[in-house]
Amino acid sequence: MTIAADSILVLLDTTPDGALAKSSAALLGAASTVGTPVALVLGDEAAAKAAAELGAATVLRAPAPDSQVGVVDALVAAAALARPDAVLASHSVDGREAAARFAVRARSGLVMDAIEVARDDQGVIARSSAYGGSYTVTSTVTHGAPVITVRQGAVEARAEARPLAEITLEVAASGVAAATTGSVEVAEKTGGRPDLRGAAKVVSGGWGLGSKEDFALVEQLADALGAAVGASRAAVDAGFVPSSAQVGQTGVQVAPQLYIALAISGAIQHLAGMQTAKTIVAINRDEDAPIFEIADFGIVGDVFTVVPQLIAEIEKAKA
Amino acid sequence: MRIVVLVKVVPDTNAERTLSLETGLAERATAALVADEIGERALEVALSYADAHEGTDVHVLAVGPEESTTSIRKCLAMGAASATHVVDAGLVGADLGLTAEVVAAALGRVGYDLVLAGNQSTDGMGGVLPVMVAEHLGLPSLTNLTAVTIGDAEVSGTRLSEDAAVGLSAPLPAVVSVTEALPDPRFPGFKGIMAAKKKPVEVLSLADLGLDADDLSTSRSIMLTIDARPPRGGGVKITDDDGDAAVRLSAFLAENHLI
Repeated sequence: MTIAADSILVLLDTTPDGALAKSSAALLGAASTVGTPVALVLGDEAAAKAAAELGAATVLRAPAPDSQVGVVDALVAAAALARPDAVLASHSVDGREAAARFAVRARSGLVMDAIEVARDDQGVIARSSAYGGSYTVTSTVTHGAPVITVRQGAVEARAEARPLAEITLEVAASGVAAATTGSVEVAEKTGGRPDLRGAAKVVSGGWGLGSKEDFALVEQLADALGAAVGASRAAVDAGFVPSSAQVGQTGVQVAPQLYIALAISGAIQHLAGMQTAKTIVAINRDEDAPIFEIADFGIVGDVFTVVPQLIAEIEKAKA
Repeated sequence: MRIVVLVKVVPDTNAERTLSLETGLAERATAALVADEIGERALEVALSYADAHEGTDVHVLAVGPEESTTSIRKCLAMGAASATHVVDAGLVGADLGLTAEVVAAALGRVGYDLVLAGNQSTDGMGGVLPVMVAEHLGLPSLTNLTAVTIGDAEVSGTRLSEDAAVGLSAPLPAVVSVTEALPDPRFPGFKGIMAAKKKPVEVLSLADLGLDADDLSTSRSIMLTIDARPPRGGGVKITDDDGDAAVRLSAFLAENHLI
C-alpha cells in the first residue's frame, strides 16, 4: 500500500474508552484542505474505521501505548513511514504534549494552537490568534515538515469519508523515561449540554449571580438556547461552578456564534477568552461595566428580572 | 534536594497587551513585565515543600530580557534561595524549540532533582515547554497536575486532561507542571525582600551555555504576518426601565437567527 506524496500526518486523540476524540473530524478536515490526510490511530480496528469515515485516506494503526512516550514513539514511526508535508495534532493537553515531544525528537519546528492551516508556495502554514484574539498571526517553520497543533472547535472543514486502508505500524520503543499511569477517572460529562470548547452558543455567568444556587439561572438560559455553560474566573473562584467552565485568558477560549454574559463585568482576562465571539450579549446592573464596550446588545438591568423573561420569550419563539 | 522552578516573565494580563505589527514582538511599554502567575504557583509548591523539609534548595530559572530582574528578585523575596537568569540578544523572538534547548542546557548546568513549572504561560499559551524540556533531558514528565505530592525519591500527582483525571507517578529526577488549581503564591514579606538583595543571581548568556541562536540545523517556527483584529465597537445598549428589555433582546436574537 502506498501513501500519498502530499500526506499530512494526523495524530488522533482517543478517549479513555478507546474511541476517537471529538477533535478528530476537524483535524482530518483541516488536513484535507492542505493535502491527503493520513491518520495515526493508537487503538482498535473500530477506531481505525471511524478515522476512515472521517476522511483518513490511510490509517496507520498501533496498539494504545501506556504512556505519552509511547505515543511519541508511534509518531516517530508514523512520520518515518508517511514522510508527511506536515504533522497535525489536537491542541488538547494530550495532543499538544505528544506533538511537542515529537518536535524535539525530530528537530522539527512547532506551531501551536492554529485556528486554520493553509498552503503557500513553500509549504504548509498555520494561522493562529494571539492575546485572546487581539492579533492574528500566520507562521510556518524554517525547513522540513511543520508540527502544528490545532485549536479544538476552530476548524469547520470536514473531509469526505473513505474506505478503510490500514497499515499496521511497527513501533520501536525509544526507552525514554516515562511517568507511570495509575488510576484513570473519566471526566464528568456536562449532562445534555454541549461542551464549552467548540460550542456554537455559550451562556456565561459572573460573580454577580451571588451563589451556587442562583447560578442555576445561567444553566436555565443555556438550556433554553441549547448553549454551553461558562463562567468568569470570579464565579469559579467563588465556587459557583467547577473550573472547567472558566472562560478567559487562563481558562477556555471560545469563539461561538453567540456569547451571552450574565452579571459579568468584563475584566481584560475574561474578554481574552471570548472577544472573538460573533455576537456578544451582556446583561449587567452596572451601566459602566467594560463588557458593554464590546457587546452587540447590552442591557443595563437585573439578570434575575431580565433572564426569566428572556427564557419565557425564547420558549414562546420556539413554540 | 534541589528543586528548580521555571519562571516565565510575561506582560501583565491586567493591562492591555500589545504586539508590534512590525516585528511581531511584545511591546513592553504597554504592559509591565511580571512573573507568570501559574509559575508563581509552581514556586509556592516548591517553597511549601522546602518549609516542611530541611535541606531543600529552591532555585529559580528564568529565560528572558534584562527587565526580568525585578520579577526574579520577587521570587527570591518569596523564599527561593538562588536564581539563574539566561539573557541574550540572540533570544529575542525565540520560539518554543530554542527556548526549550536553552532551559534544558541551563538545567544541566544548575543541577536538579525536580523541575517544577506552570502548565501554560498567559502570553504564549503553548502549554508544552515542560514536556519539551523533559524530552531534551530524557526525563519522565508529569504535567498539567491539579494535585502534586513530592516524596524523597519520587513525585506523584493528578493530571487533568480533556477527558480524564489520571494518576501519575515517577522516580526523581522528573519534570512537573501544575495548573492554577494549585494554591495561590505567598506574598513576599519585608524580611524576604531585604534578604533577596543578598541572594545570588547567576546571569548566563547563550555562549555560556554553548548554544548558538543562529544554528539552523533544527527547524524553527517563524512568523510570516501579523494583523491586529479591528477594534470591536459597542452595539445597542438599553436600560431595562420599562421592563421590555427581554422582549427586545429576544427579537434581536430571532433577527440574527440565534434562537
